[in-house]
Amino acid sequence: MQKLLGKRIIIAKPGLDGHDAGAKIIALTLRDAGANVIYTGLRKTPEYIARVVIDEDADALGLSILSGSHNALVAATIDKLRKFGGEDIKVFVGGTIPAADHEALRQLGVVAIYTAEMKLDQVVASLEEHLG
Amino acid sequence: MSEQDPLSKGAEARQPPLPRPETPSGIRLPEFITRDGAEVPGQFPFTRGIFKNGYRGRLWTFRQYSGFGSAEETNERYKFLLANGSSGLSVALDLPTQCGYDPDDVMAMGEVGKVGVSLFSLAEAETVFSGLDLAKISTSFTINGTAAIIYAMYVAVADKTGVPRSALTGTVQNDILKEYVARGTWIFPVRPSMRLVADTILFSNDNTPRFNPISIAGAHVRDAGATAVEEMGYTLANGLAYVDELLRHKGDANSFAQRLSFFFYVHMDFLEEIAKFRAGRRLWAKLLKERYSITDPKALMFRFGVVCGGSSLTGSQPYNNISRVALETMAAVLGGAQSIFTCAYDEAYQIPTEFSAEIALRTQQIVAYESGISKTVDPLGGSYLIEWLTDEMENEISKVMRQLDDYGGVERAIEDGYPQLRIAERALERKKKKDSGETVVVGENYFVNDNETGADYGEVFKSDPSAESRIRSRLVALREARDNARVVKSLDALEAAARTSGTNVMPLLIECCHAYATVGEMVARLKSCWGEFSEPIRL
Repeated sequence: MQKLLGKRIIIAKPGLDGHDAGAKIIALTLRDAGANVIYTGLRKTPEYIARVVIDEDADALGLSILSGSHNALVAATIDKLRKFGGEDIKVFVGGTIPAADHEALRQLGVVAIYTAEMKLDQVVASLEEHLG
Repeated sequence: MSEQDPLSKGAEARQPPLPRPETPSGIRLPEFITRDGAEVPGQFPFTRGIFKNGYRGRLWTFRQYSGFGSAEETNERYKFLLANGSSGLSVALDLPTQCGYDPDDVMAMGEVGKVGVSLFSLAEAETVFSGLDLAKISTSFTINGTAAIIYAMYVAVADKTGVPRSALTGTVQNDILKEYVARGTWIFPVRPSMRLVADTILFSNDNTPRFNPISIAGAHVRDAGATAVEEMGYTLANGLAYVDELLRHKGDANSFAQRLSFFFYVHMDFLEEIAKFRAGRRLWAKLLKERYSITDPKALMFRFGVVCGGSSLTGSQPYNNISRVALETMAAVLGGAQSIFTCAYDEAYQIPTEFSAEIALRTQQIVAYESGISKTVDPLGGSYLIEWLTDEMENEISKVMRQLDDYGGVERAIEDGYPQLRIAERALERKKKKDSGETVVVGENYFVNDNETGADYGEVFKSDPSAESRIRSRLVALREARDNARVVKSLDALEAAARTSGTNVMPLLIECCHAYATVGEMVARLKSCWGEFSEPIRL
């Protein structure tokens, strides 16, 4: 079951949304799958998150957003990541993300979008694929 | 809130009579049934309900969904609701207002006017309530971290429109403890936050006696992952922490305890939900009597509102949610709720449409006027199973409260991240049980319709992309137009009061509002005195 052994993953909450159950479920699940997971806590700016990703030499970044502000916050975070030289870091998004916004997020470089109905096994398998 | 139906128009809006206390076959139903020596409703410890006549004199309050947007749109929506027979308003605020940031703060980026209206200063509140008589409406604010400020703003609107403060009715949620545990709109560390809560309750007791200054909420903790036992246990423990704080501020428990009310979720296990409310009502009354020698029966009454739905609803086959909400509403009524909010069937994945919101309200009306379960008080009282389960729940709830006590109390546990960690673990457990099929969710993990294309997220949040810049420009205009000397003077006075223990900050906050100081400015001054909460991250 250690499908993500050795992978370094940051789970972050950008913006002001305080609903962190999903972020924590994913953090615990990825840790159980062998990954080295850091959860940032609430209300982190895109800049702060991008710095943590670089400082921790992470392979992937998961952004959890349920307030509807995903488009602006994901774009800003990816922008900062690129500025700091982290263009190869895989970014995935979770939360309440309308289907209509999925394509735009993928255009920004998001590799996967996970919603509450997805099974945790599927999330792990998907990340395993993306992280190789 | 009113029991009237804002969705019906004209003649259809007439109120049906209260259900007749008899069965359709003509058998008269007594007010309640008991046996010699057994408990009766309306008497300590209130297991069977806080009122002797239950819903016979008055049904529960029907809360309804209300939209949001800009201050002007919100004002229009309220005028529509009021014109259609509603007497209560429910105000959702955007996250910057909830977390204490002005619309032009870097932290507010992308969030201004998103999940509610921005009330960054009194000027916005004046627009929202323009043309409404605050003496005649009840306003409920879902606000916590900045509850004291929004309450001050509401008082200031009343002052400016000539409404006596004593005439104000409504509620501010103002339950900061559960924000640290589950909802996340905390600002200050726990200690000064508790002082703010005490200041609002004591100020309200003396100045706005018809306004509810707090609604102690288990709902968010439950929806985040807690069990029904933990939901009630954490909430009662938080309730006692507020009582302790009020006593430190020399409040009179027989008086302020009457101002405390509660708020919970109802999820799907019908019998456990009913027993949860009966057990919570009894335990609260017993704890207040034993620990604080409270004698006034009104101060011992556990009043609560509920939400039916939340995370018990599914995105797959969403029409099934109508059945779920109907069962949950019945559990709330059999548990003796004072007010009920029913989620719309599509709430799991989008902002409810008028159609789905109407069905949610109709569900309550069917339970109220057709099911007959409100005709006699606590109809399940005396059931072997329900009474046994009520006792069991009371024991288990007490255990959760003891664990928090053993940890060193609620405040210590929160600072250490203990309940936060428990809830995250529970959320993972709940999810794993659904994934594995141990928990059956019809239409989601069993009885799946393969032809279903899956719920598409419709309109998740009503938001106007230009709202953020419009709201920002109003902030710029406000800073130009107001008397900035008065702003600074009022903020200085606020800061001085915040640094002095024993001074109630409410009058100072009201003066800041009158001076058109912004929420961000007030919060910044308070942060300079009190600092910010440092979130413990334990996983």
